[in-house]
Amino acid sequence: MLAKRIIPCLDVAAGRVVKGVNFVNLRDAGDPVEVARRYDAEGADEIAFLDIRASIETRGLLYAMIEAVADEVFIPLTVGGGVNAVADIRALLNAGADKVSINTGGVKNPRLFEEAAGHYGSQCIVAAIDAKQTAPEYWEVFTHGGRTPTGIGAIDWAREVVARGAGEILLTSMDRDGARTGFDLALTRAVVDAVDVPVIASGGVGTLAHLVAGVQEGGADAVLAASIFHYGEFTIAAAKQAMAAAGIEVRQ
Amino acid sequence: MTDIAVVDYGMGNLRSVAKALAHVAPERSIVISAEPSVILAAARVVLPGQSAMPDCIGCLNASGLRDVVLEAARTRPFLGICLGLQMLFETSEEGPTQCLAVLPGRVVRFRDADMKLPSQERLKVPHMGWSPVRQTKAHPLWAGIADGTRFYFAHSYHPQPDDPGAIAGTTDYPLPFTCAVARANIFATQFHPEKSQRAGLQLLANFVVWDGSD
Repeated sequence: MLAKRIIPCLDVAAGRVVKGVNFVNLRDAGDPVEVARRYDAEGADEIAFLDIRASIETRGLLYAMIEAVADEVFIPLTVGGGVNAVADIRALLNAGADKVSINTGGVKNPRLFEEAAGHYGSQCIVAAIDAKQTAPEYWEVFTHGGRTPTGIGAIDWAREVVARGAGEILLTSMDRDGARTGFDLALTRAVVDAVDVPVIASGGVGTLAHLVAGVQEGGADAVLAASIFHYGEFTIAAAKQAMAAAGIEVRQ
Repeated sequence: MTDIAVVDYGMGNLRSVAKALAHVAPERSIVISAEPSVILAAARVVLPGQSAMPDCIGCLNASGLRDVVLEAARTRPFLGICLGLQMLFETSEEGPTQCLAVLPGRVVRFRDADMKLPSQERLKVPHMGWSPVRQTKAHPLWAGIADGTRFYFAHSYHPQPDDPGAIAGTTDYPLPFTCAVARANIFATQFHPEKSQRAGLQLLANFVVWDGSD
């Protein structure tokens, strides 16, 4: 059986990891290669990099960073942030990204999903959806790092991006992001049931039980977390043990 | 002389493949090349691929490397990865395009009707992530890799070889499908060894010392 994936997510800016990372063994906490190597060694199934301050000026640094990581870490890398055109996707794939996530750029120009999937195949195009609950059973898509409401319903948008060619959905609950109270399981389940591509649950993980719930109750194919791994609270290996103990198939 | 050439036809994640090969064989010369003379001077050839089949074959044809790839696949240890495996077959459901027809058979999409499990859980397409690979025949490229080891997959299409003797590995999703093929000097995988951590690096290490016989 296909294993459920655990994906640590690193925020980067100007080619450096920017979230506080204080592993004891790291000489330079902001070095993406060292952080990625550490997660790889712990058994991460994939690593996500999000360019949180994507700008034209610092784009070259992102590519250099992805190259440096891809030279030494031999698991899949998903990279997002500031992807607005097929040329951005090509540059990221050439640098060593295996999958590219599209967020604001896809809301502005939904045809980007078709063009991207047409060129590179759905398997490397991830639609990142940032959603906030604005009514009972209703979540709205936000863009620009969660600052801009779009008036688009998240479930409808998930169906649309998949119809346009996205091969995976990275679903972040803005309500839960950073709250450490667990995934928005109702949102996760609603999107999982709406589409037939893999869904990565994101936003809100504070305990290992939250990861288990994301898979078992939310129905997610993969679970993404940042702070519980960055601050040395839990290792990826411990997360896998917890999932395996709950009867979830993981790569050991 | 170049030991290993990674064929650059304008598609696919070439860098990751070359870096993984360099990681397991630091003493070998490894080039990413679009030059027929360079590719055919290499002792071993790797054909990667990571895109949509019509674009992939279109780029290969436009690059003028189609005959070079066919020649390499006839004459030396040859490793195809992902689309580099799929292109070896005759046709693909992903698009109306003539593939390389090195191996008889076709490439098909996972069928929606097959994706429902008895538990009513529905498997997703693309098949994305780490699945155990059943080694269906002994081969030098499986050396040191336990049967059932997980490799990384990211694909919606898979090969259906006409010749069962060419099948080297299968995976269940949920029905068994061919995920590795081997014939004489050719070995090809649907999964990504360059992204499959230790097991994948072991397979690549086996390739760089393989003499091309099974």
